[in-house]
Amino acid sequence: MSPQAFLRRVGFVLFLAVVTAFWALPMLWLVTAPFDAHPGLTVRWPEWTLDNFRRLSESPYAFSSLRNSVLLAGGAMILVTVFGALAAYALSRVHVPGRGAILYGMLLLSSIVTGTAAMVPIFQLMFTLGLIDDRTGVILVLTGGLLPAAIFVLKDFMDATPRSYEESARVFGASPTQVLRHVVLPIARPGLATIAVWALVNAWGDFLTAYILLRDPTKTPAGVVMYTFYSEGGQANLPLISAFSVLYALPVVVLYIFVSRRYGFRFHGGIKS
Amino acid sequence: MSDRAADAAGLGRPRAAAFMAPALLLITAFLVVPALWTLVLGATNYRLTGLAAANPQFVGTGNITEALSDPGFGWSLWLTLLFVLGSAIFGQSLAGLSLAWSLRSAPKVVKAVVETLVLMAWILPSSVVAFLWVAYLSRHGGTLNAILQTPGTDWLIQHPMASIIVFNIWRGTAFSMLLFSAALSAVPPSQMESARLVGAGTLAQLRDVVFPHIRGHVLTNTLLISLWTFNDFTPYLLTAGGPNHATEILPVFIYNRALYGGELGYGSAISFLMLIINLVIALFYVRLLRERR
Amino acid sequence: MTGVPLSSSPIPRRSILIGTVGMAAAALASCDKASSSTSSTSANATSRTVTLSIAANAISGGKSSKEADWFAKYVIPEFIKAQQAKGVTATVSFQPSGVDDEQYKSKLALDLKSKSGADIVSLDGIWVGEFAQAGYIKPLKDVVGSSVTSWEGWSQIPEAVQANAAFDGNTFGIPAGTDGRVLYFNKKLFAQAGLPANWQPTSWTDLISAGEKLATLSGVTPLQIDAGTAMGEATTMQGFLPLLVGAGQQIYANGKWQGNTQAVRDVLTFYQAILAKKLEDSTLQLAAKGRDESFGAFAQGKIGVLAEGDYFWRSVINPNGGDAPMATRDSDVGWAFIPAMAPGKGVGGADYASMSGGGGYFLNPSTPYPQQAWELLTFMSSKAAILARLDGAAQVTARKDVNSEVLSKDPLLSFVSQKVLPLTHYRPGLAVYPQVSLALQQATADVVSGKSPADAATAYQAALVKALGGADQVTTS
Repeated sequence: MSPQAFLRRVGFVLFLAVVTAFWALPMLWLVTAPFDAHPGLTVRWPEWTLDNFRRLSESPYAFSSLRNSVLLAGGAMILVTVFGALAAYALSRVHVPGRGAILYGMLLLSSIVTGTAAMVPIFQLMFTLGLIDDRTGVILVLTGGLLPAAIFVLKDFMDATPRSYEESARVFGASPTQVLRHVVLPIARPGLATIAVWALVNAWGDFLTAYILLRDPTKTPAGVVMYTFYSEGGQANLPLISAFSVLYALPVVVLYIFVSRRYGFRFHGGIKS
Repeated sequence: MSDRAADAAGLGRPRAAAFMAPALLLITAFLVVPALWTLVLGATNYRLTGLAAANPQFVGTGNITEALSDPGFGWSLWLTLLFVLGSAIFGQSLAGLSLAWSLRSAPKVVKAVVETLVLMAWILPSSVVAFLWVAYLSRHGGTLNAILQTPGTDWLIQHPMASIIVFNIWRGTAFSMLLFSAALSAVPPSQMESARLVGAGTLAQLRDVVFPHIRGHVLTNTLLISLWTFNDFTPYLLTAGGPNHATEILPVFIYNRALYGGELGYGSAISFLMLIINLVIALFYVRLLRERR
Repeated sequence: MTGVPLSSSPIPRRSILIGTVGMAAAALASCDKASSSTSSTSANATSRTVTLSIAANAISGGKSSKEADWFAKYVIPEFIKAQQAKGVTATVSFQPSGVDDEQYKSKLALDLKSKSGADIVSLDGIWVGEFAQAGYIKPLKDVVGSSVTSWEGWSQIPEAVQANAAFDGNTFGIPAGTDGRVLYFNKKLFAQAGLPANWQPTSWTDLISAGEKLATLSGVTPLQIDAGTAMGEATTMQGFLPLLVGAGQQIYANGKWQGNTQAVRDVLTFYQAILAKKLEDSTLQLAAKGRDESFGAFAQGKIGVLAEGDYFWRSVINPNGGDAPMATRDSDVGWAFIPAMAPGKGVGGADYASMSGGGGYFLNPSTPYPQQAWELLTFMSSKAAILARLDGAAQVTARKDVNSEVLSKDPLLSFVSQKVLPLTHYRPGLAVYPQVSLALQQATADVVSGKSPADAATAYQAALVKALGGADQVTTS
C-alpha cells in the first residue's frame, strides 16, 4: 500500500469513527438511564434495576397510551401510504395540467397546518364535524398534514421507475389495476415502505393535535403522556421519563428494523432502467 | 413527450382522477380549509381569551405591517435563515452526501451500523430526542462536557444557535443520506471508473461525473429539508427559544406569541409570512430545476 | 391597532368571512351564535340521572397526581354515593391533562368557546379575567341562581382568597387554596458564612450584604431571585412583584398600571446590583429549565437564599416525595420575610412583602345540569372533601376551618398563614395581566442580558402600552 493510500485509509476510518460517535453518543442516555436506580442527566454505568418500569406500570395511562399511539399512527400511516401512492402514481403517469403548482401549493400549506396558529381552526373544524374526542379526527388531521410531502417524494420516486414493464404488461393484456398491483407495486415497495415509516414516525411523535382533539384519557396517545411526567413546578420525573422514553421509542425502532430487513429502506426501486 | 407516451400504464384521465381523489379530498378538508382559515384569522386581532376572543376586530393587513416593523420578528427571521442555511442546506446536505459517498466503499457491517444510527436519530420521537440532547449537553455531568473536558459549559446558554444547528444536523441528516445513496447508485459505474482511470480526485469525480447525474435529487432534497427545517419546532424542546430569544426561530416565535402571549391573530399572520417566504424558497428551487432541462 | 368591528352582534361576522372560506366562516359563526343563548339555571334540576365531568391539569401517575387521585378515589365515588342516597343515578368522570399550564389553558378555552367541555373546570386565579371577558365563564349567580350565596363555605373563605375566583365584583367559582412567598435559606451555609440562623433581612441592602458573605464560600450561588422569560410566571411572582411591593408600589392600583416608574427602576436596579456583584448565577435565569436546576442546587446545599412560594417547601424539597427531596430540610432550611427596599418602604408602609395566588374550580356556563354541577362543586369544596384531598399533608387551603386543623403541624405553613398572608398582595385578576407579566419578565431578562435598568424600563413601558392599546392606563410617576 502506498503511503498516500494508507493515509487515505486512515482518514476514512477516522471519518467513520467520528461519524459513529457523533450519532451514537447522544443516544447512550436512552440505554443507561432507564435501567438506573437513580437516573440523572449523566450517562454512567447503571445500578441495574427494572424498578423504573414497575413504577411506570402504576401510571394508569402509560401502557394504554402506546396502544392508542399504534391506532393513531397506524391509521395515519395506512391512509398516507395508500392514498399517497395512488395519487403519486396517477400524477406521475398522467399529465394533469398544473400538477406542479398543485403539489407545491399543498406542500407549502402543510407547513401552516402543522404550526401552532392553526390550532383554533383545526379544533373548530373538527368540532363542526363532530370529531372531537374521536380517534378518526386525529388520524384525518395528521393524514392531511403528511400527504403532500408523501405525494411529493413518492411522485419523484415513481417518475424514476421504468415504464417499460408496464408497457409490456399492457401488451400482454393486463388491466391498469393489474399493472398497478403486479408490476408497479413490487417495484415501488421499498419506496412505499420508506414513506410508510416516515408517516408513522411523524404521527407517532405528534402531541398538539391529539392533545387538543381528544378528551377521554383512555384514548390519549404516548406523545401526550410523555409530557405528563413533570411536577406542578415543571420538574422532570427522570425515572418515569427515561423508562417511558424507551417504551415510546421502541415500536418505531422495531418497525424500522423490520421494514429495512424485509423491504429495504431506501428511495429507489429494485430494478434500474 | 406526448401524454400518451407518458401514460405507460394506460390509466387514462378518469382513472387517474379516481386515484387522486381520496388524497385530494383529505388534503382539501383537513389541510387547505384549516390553512386558509388560519390566514383569515391572521387578518384579525383574534385572541384565545379576553375581550378579543368574544369580539375579534378585523384589522386587514395590520398584523402584517406590525410584524414587519416588529424587531422580534426580524430577529426571528434572521435566526431562521441561519438555522436553515447552517443545519439544512450546508449541514444535512453535506453530511448526507459524505455519508452516502463514503458508505459505498465501507464494509457491510460498518455500513449497517452507521446507517442504523443515523436513521435512529431521524425516527425517534422529538420529545425523546429532545430529552437525550438536554442530557447530552447538560452542564451538570453531560456527556459532551465529559468528552471534551469542558466541565460546567452550558452549551445551550453559551452557544445556543450553534447547539440547535448541530442538533438539527444530527436529527435530520438521514433523509439526505437516503436520497443521496439512491442517487449515487443511479450513476453508471462505468463513468466513475473512467473518471478514476484518468486520475480524477474525489472532488473532481463528484463535480464532473456524479453531480450532473444527481442534480435533480440534490434540488429535491434541498427543497424538502429547507421547508422542513424552516417549519421545525423541535428546537423549542431544547431551549424554549431562549436564552432571551437567542434561538427563537419563527415556529417558536409563533408558539410563544400565539400560546403564551395569546395573540392568535398575530401568530396566524406570521404563519402567512412564513408561507410567503417558503413560497419564495420553493420558486427559487423550481427555477433551478428548470435550468437543468 | 385600529380595526373594524367584526361582530358587534353575534351574526354579522359571517358576512365578512363567507366567500373567503365558506366552511370556516360558517363554523366560526355557529360557535358565536350559541353564545347569545344562556341555558336556564333550573335546567334538568329534577333529573333522576345526571352526567357530570371535571377537568383539571392533573393526571394520575404524572403531574399533580394527588389531585387526580383525589377525584378518582374520593370525589367521584363519594358524590355518586351521596346522589344514590337521594335516588339519583350520577355518572361523574374526570378529564386529566397533566401538561404545561398554557397548553391546558388553550384546550379549556377551545372547549368553552365551543360551548362544550367539562362541567367543572379548574382554572388558575389569574385566568379568571380573560375567561370571563371572553364569555367562557359566567358568574355563579347567573349559572346556578341566587341560591349560591347561601353555601356554608363562603363564611370559611377569607375575602382576599375569594378574590382569586372573582372578576369585576362577581364570583365565578370556588377557590381551592392560596399560598405565600418567603425567602428560604440554608442554615448550614449561613453558619459557614457567619450569618445567624434566625436571619431576617430588613432591607435589600441586608439581602445583598448577606449575599456578599455567602459569596466567600466556594461553589455556592449566594442568591436565587427568579428573573428572565424562561422562568415564566415564577419570575413575576417570586421575583419582580414582591420586590415591587417592597419598593412601595402595586403593579396595578387605582385603575393604573406601573409603567416606567421609580419603583420599577428600583427593582430592575436591584436585579442589576445582585448580578453585577455576581450574587446570582445568570445561567440559571436564562436556561430553559433553570428553575428546576435552581431547586436541585438548593436541595444539594449549593444555593444560599432562594425566594419561592410555600409550594417549594411542600412539594420540592420535601424529604418525603418532593421533586428535589432534601433529607435535612427540617434542620437546615430557615425562612424569612422578603424585606421591603428599606424598613417601612413597602406598600402602605410595610416592612415586608409577599405575593399570593391560587386557583379554583369553576362552573362551565353551558353545563346541562347547573344545579347538580353546583352541588358537586360545593361537595368538592366541603371541609371533609378538602381534608381528604390533603390526605394528612399540610397546605394552605381556602377554608379557615381546614387550615386551623392542618397547618399547625407544619412550622413553615403556620408562618405563611399567620404572618405572611396578612401582609400579602394579589395580582390583579384582569384579562391583560398575563401580557403585563410577560413584559415584566422580559424587562428582567433584558437586565440579566446586560441592558441598563433604565433601558429595560423604557422597553417595558413600550410593551405595556402596546398590550393595553394606549397609554392612558399607565402611570409613570
